[in-house]
Amino acid sequence: MNVRTSVLQSSATAVKKSKSRTLLSDVRRDKYLYMLVIPGVLFFIIFKYIPMWGIIIAFQEYSPYLGVLKSEWVGLDHFIRFFSNPDFTLLFRNTMMISLLNLLFFFPLPIILSLLLNELNNQGFKRVIQSIVYLPHFLSWVIIVGISFLLLSESSGIINKMMMSVGLPKYDFLTNTDTFWGLLVLQNIWKESGWGTIIILAAITAVDPQLYEAAKIDGAGRWGQMWNVTLPAIRSVIIVLLILRLGHIMDVGFEQVFLMNNGAVAKYADVFETYVYRNGIQSGQFSYSTAVGLFKSLVGLILVVMANRFAKRIGEDGVY
Amino acid sequence: MKESFGSRLFNSANILLLALIGIVTVFPLYYVFVVSFTQPHEYLQKSGFVLFPQSWTLASYEYLLNTSAFKNAMLVSIFLATVGTGLSLFFTAAMAFGVSRKRLRGRKIIMMMVLLSILFNPGIIPNYLVVRDLGLINSIWSLIIPVLISGWNIILMKSFFDSIPVELEEAAMIDGSNDMGTFFRIVIPLSAPALAAFGLFYAVGYWNTFFNAVLFINDYTKVPLQIVLRNMLIDSEMSTGGAAAAEMISDKQIPSQTLKMAAVVIATFPILIVYPFLQKHFAKGVMLGSVKG
Repeated sequence: MNVRTSVLQSSATAVKKSKSRTLLSDVRRDKYLYMLVIPGVLFFIIFKYIPMWGIIIAFQEYSPYLGVLKSEWVGLDHFIRFFSNPDFTLLFRNTMMISLLNLLFFFPLPIILSLLLNELNNQGFKRVIQSIVYLPHFLSWVIIVGISFLLLSESSGIINKMMMSVGLPKYDFLTNTDTFWGLLVLQNIWKESGWGTIIILAAITAVDPQLYEAAKIDGAGRWGQMWNVTLPAIRSVIIVLLILRLGHIMDVGFEQVFLMNNGAVAKYADVFETYVYRNGIQSGQFSYSTAVGLFKSLVGLILVVMANRFAKRIGEDGVY
Repeated sequence: MKESFGSRLFNSANILLLALIGIVTVFPLYYVFVVSFTQPHEYLQKSGFVLFPQSWTLASYEYLLNTSAFKNAMLVSIFLATVGTGLSLFFTAAMAFGVSRKRLRGRKIIMMMVLLSILFNPGIIPNYLVVRDLGLINSIWSLIIPVLISGWNIILMKSFFDSIPVELEEAAMIDGSNDMGTFFRIVIPLSAPALAAFGLFYAVGYWNTFFNAVLFINDYTKVPLQIVLRNMLIDSEMSTGGAAAAEMISDKQIPSQTLKMAAVVIATFPILIVYPFLQKHFAKGVMLGSVKG
């Protein structure tokens, strides 16, 4: 309690002002504090809450001339149209497959990488490797997709040239539907594996060194210590990360997929958000696309809330 | 205690494996870097197999930096990364400071509002319509104002400000400072390390601005660097490239591949510059998130 507050509050109780009077005097007293907060509050109202209100155009045939309130109401027509559209199955399949492949192949890597880094005795070498593997996280998807194209292009990419020089046939990575999802996962691994180690390494540092001593006395080798001490110690962090990952299963990297998409792989690359962009921004079907976006956001919200609740139920912190 | 043979073997294998991971991570960047400095004739002669160039040249860089579309885009991105970061940092800190003071009425409601906005995103179209209705389409401000404050950063920064002792503030109050003065003269200087971490995260975000520019900017003189890069690197590969990008890489003097690589290096350069400073702070910045406020 600061000085002014206590002074004002004691006088306030003495006079027994009405509640609204206190509010007003509080605001007057802390006017600078409110001035600092107001721009932020306005930002959240305009750019986060007005769009939430804008969702009602999903239930309308929105016309830019009539505006949100006067446009014709159509109820759930756009949702019914979307669910009965064969595109829906395709988008759902692509989203799920990309997410699940990431879960299967990308998710374990930061954990393995952290365990390996933790076993290094040479701190200098450890820092060098950490600096290197963190770096790609800060590069934009444009750069990462761009570099992939420079390396993998059929005509001029160095990977194909290397393959040809050892007598292998050319392979067009970029337009091949068989390897497209794999390529997405590989890019994700290259970009984010290192970054993912930060939180796991932090959990590992919290492990009691006495546990290692005890394990050594019991005759555990390096593998034994890793398997029986380190891994169980970070289990709860891994479980929380896994649950939260499952909560975000509807979110595939939008920019990545958007940039990697091309005519040849479109049937494997189209996800909810690229579909919203194409039908909404490019073709101007605002209402229909809002309905699609709303479906995706609602499922996402439910999954995240459930995941968080589940994390708390198993005795972890969750994210909020 | 002497290390056992098994333990030494484990160490060697581990070092080898991690070195390999390091090389695989660095190789794409190294290759792009090296080719961008390679003499055009050497690149053509070795058909791209340049791992150690015989001589270095700045030809690709000179060419790019003399191309008006590229220069323009760089200026836009520099503007975003400086002005945008400054504004974001200021308004984030101001709001977080306000809600971290217990005297503020409605602080719980405001924090609830922030949290809810993180959990539920209404989607691309409603966001787009708000920006359009505000008349921001084709304005550089459309790349700053709609992303001015990140809800996560408000939550993290608030928990950071919560940890500043109230006594400091009370002392300033007694010396006649008001909240504004306390914020600028005490809170901001005290939080310099945290502000550095958040500032650098904001800066990287602005420097990498891409999708909002796809949505909001149609005027080619106002696009940021990532859009020009997309047109050069990705669209031209898929042979649907924009006219400006085609013009940019049509020069026969320099192979388009070395130009593309130089463009990647230029776009990566600022990140490499701030990276050493970033590194000191980001582990802490990330860990702030796991501290409950």
